[in-house]
Amino acid sequence: KNARESLSKKIDTVVARGRPVDQELLEELEEALIMADVGVNATSLIMARITEVIKKQRPQDSSKVQDILKDELVNLLTIPAHPLDPSSAKPFVIMVTGVNGVGKTTTIAKLANYWKNQNFSPLLVAADTFRAAAIDQLVLWGERIRVPVIKQQPGADPSAVVYDALEAAISRKHDLVIVDTAGRMHTRVNLMEELKKINRVISKKLPGAPHETLLVIDATTGQNALSQARLFKEAVGISGLVVTKLDGTAKGGTVIALCHELGVPIRFIGVGEGLDDIEPFDPVAFVEALLG
Amino acid sequence: MFENLTARFEKVFRFLKGQGKLTEANIKEALREVRLALLEADVNYRVVKDFVSRIQERAVGQEVMSSLTPGQQVIKIVHEELIKLLGEKAEPLSLKGPSPVTVLLVGLQGSGKTTTAAKLALKLKKDGRHPCLVPADVYRPAAIEQLRVLAGQVGVPCYEPGQGESPESIVKAALNYAGSQRCDTLIVDTAGRLHIDRDLMEELRRLKQILSPEEILLVVDAMTGQDAVNVAEAFHKELSITGVILTKLDGDARGGAALSVRAVTGCPIKFVGVGEKLDALEIFHPDRMSSRILGMGDILSAIEKA
Ligand SMILES: Nc1nc2c(ncn2[C@@H]2O[C@H](COP(=O)(O)OP(=O)(O)OP(=O)(O)O)[C@@H](O)[C@H]2O)c(=O)[nH]1
Ligand SMILES: Nc1nc2c(ncn2[C@@H]2O[C@H](COP(=O)(O)OP(=O)(O)OP(=O)(O)O)[C@@H](O)[C@H]2O)c(=O)[nH]1
Ligand SMILES: [Mg+2]
Ligand SMILES: [Mg+2]
Repeated sequence: KNARESLSKKIDTVVARGRPVDQELLEELEEALIMADVGVNATSLIMARITEVIKKQRPQDSSKVQDILKDELVNLLTIPAHPLDPSSAKPFVIMVTGVNGVGKTTTIAKLANYWKNQNFSPLLVAADTFRAAAIDQLVLWGERIRVPVIKQQPGADPSAVVYDALEAAISRKHDLVIVDTAGRMHTRVNLMEELKKINRVISKKLPGAPHETLLVIDATTGQNALSQARLFKEAVGISGLVVTKLDGTAKGGTVIALCHELGVPIRFIGVGEGLDDIEPFDPVAFVEALLG
Repeated sequence: MFENLTARFEKVFRFLKGQGKLTEANIKEALREVRLALLEADVNYRVVKDFVSRIQERAVGQEVMSSLTPGQQVIKIVHEELIKLLGEKAEPLSLKGPSPVTVLLVGLQGSGKTTTAAKLALKLKKDGRHPCLVPADVYRPAAIEQLRVLAGQVGVPCYEPGQGESPESIVKAALNYAGSQRCDTLIVDTAGRLHIDRDLMEELRRLKQILSPEEILLVVDAMTGQDAVNVAEAFHKELSITGVILTKLDGDARGGAALSVRAVTGCPIKFVGVGEKLDALEIFHPDRMSSRILGMGDILSAIEKA
């Protein structure tokens, strides 16, 4: 708690003191944005727009500046996109990707549980055949939420697992298929090729699928998130983001630049390790947490 | 993204050319670029601020070496100070004391503790020691199985917890197990946890008390952003960590977290993880890290030759 207070500046306390709107205030705002991982470039962009609005509106009170900032951030995070609606295809196929350890497998369990509670019948696919006990991890989650998991042996070809799973999903009439992939560095060309191959197998078997390709971003990540998003998007065309680990002290500000640059919406946020620790993304709430 | 930096410095170099002494004014220009580079590399804002003002102090009034431009001279100073801050030279693990010597791995969720535990076991085994792995993560599904599989790959024993056994009881039993297996080193894997999770931080304190570890290593993801200082400070305050391992440096993250963590804890970074394979663990090199954080390997090697 102390560490947090001594080292990170809360934007709320910067602006909500009824101080004059001056250069000092703007500098403190800038500092707060950088410390929330918004990044140098996006911060300059945001500060430029705020300065512009301030010139026009000439607010007397600093709390007005906070509103301007909030509006600006909410704008940047509001991406026009079709909703993520699993009833729009049957089976609706979701591929989940991301670098190592960001929370893909846990998020899949949470999502399957979330949609199961809305009466969908999900099928999970253990296509991480590489990491030690990755299959067991997904299987345990599957048992916990009573959702079947399609798997093969460790070391099996992930594309083959996915192919089997699609056949199973079709014949058993599942509504929803969620594919867990191995964590991989976006810079590893051969591993990104493997992901493309999975994608090809899916769309060959089921034209139009995958219907959603999620990239999971860890809120603790700094500016590298941009590189991750660019390269995953280039390889498999990301259609949505999930930001995990927002229950910690990291603000996840990096997704502001990311949404804006890639035009990809955030779908869900992860706020803990439990099954219910997932929420549909709400830009206003996100911005409030970022500033708070 | 990073190539801009070289271009920007070139601009600064030109701007500063033909000036014999570093003055407050000409340094300022160069340091602005350094500041941006460090922030883009995810070095914590406050750490950057302190660092840049220290450089400014040190640089003002210095003669410029004849082989360098004033801009390059500033970079040289920055590089030297970064290395100093990162710890000059690699520090080995400390494995003194009566057998079994214990190494405790701690950190946030997903940072790479379990993988790193197995990597360390492999390294120690190659060094002629007899390590044993201890799975004290009873929360994450299949965490124990993960360590068991990795132990099998390394070819070292792994303690087998009983159903529902607590972390405290696991590490106590593992101390005896080490004796029975003739192991001289225990490497203890713990569950990922948030630094603000009181109960789980308290659990780590109890494990520390039982084990009296020779090393408590904080495992930090190299992709971590500004929050690295909060995490490191909290773990250090709670446990007095003895060192840091930076993982996932095989990607393209600049790794400014290394600087932040080092600055707030003063603890050495001992190893870096550079891949998922078990031999992908390397000794930390402050000079390489410094170049990486600045995103300017080429310029630095040019300066070093001068
Ligand atoms: N605090 C917190 N922890 C999370 C969250 N989501 C996942 N985790 C934890 O992060 C760690 C890694 O999660 P996984 O789901 O295994 O991550 P992954 O991306 O599948 O990892 P790899 O398959 O190894 O690449 C686990 O300890 C999870 O419990 C979250 O929202 N908050
Ligand atoms: N590319 C790369 N991946 C790594 C490295 N170290 C670990 N990983 C991967 O990161 C992911 C998480 O590693 P784990 O060892 O499970 O992390 P952990 O800290 O034990 O996770 P929790 O127990 O859930 O807190 C796995 O996919 C690992 O294979 C590394 O140096 N480079
Ligand atoms: Mg996984
Ligand atoms: Mg682990």
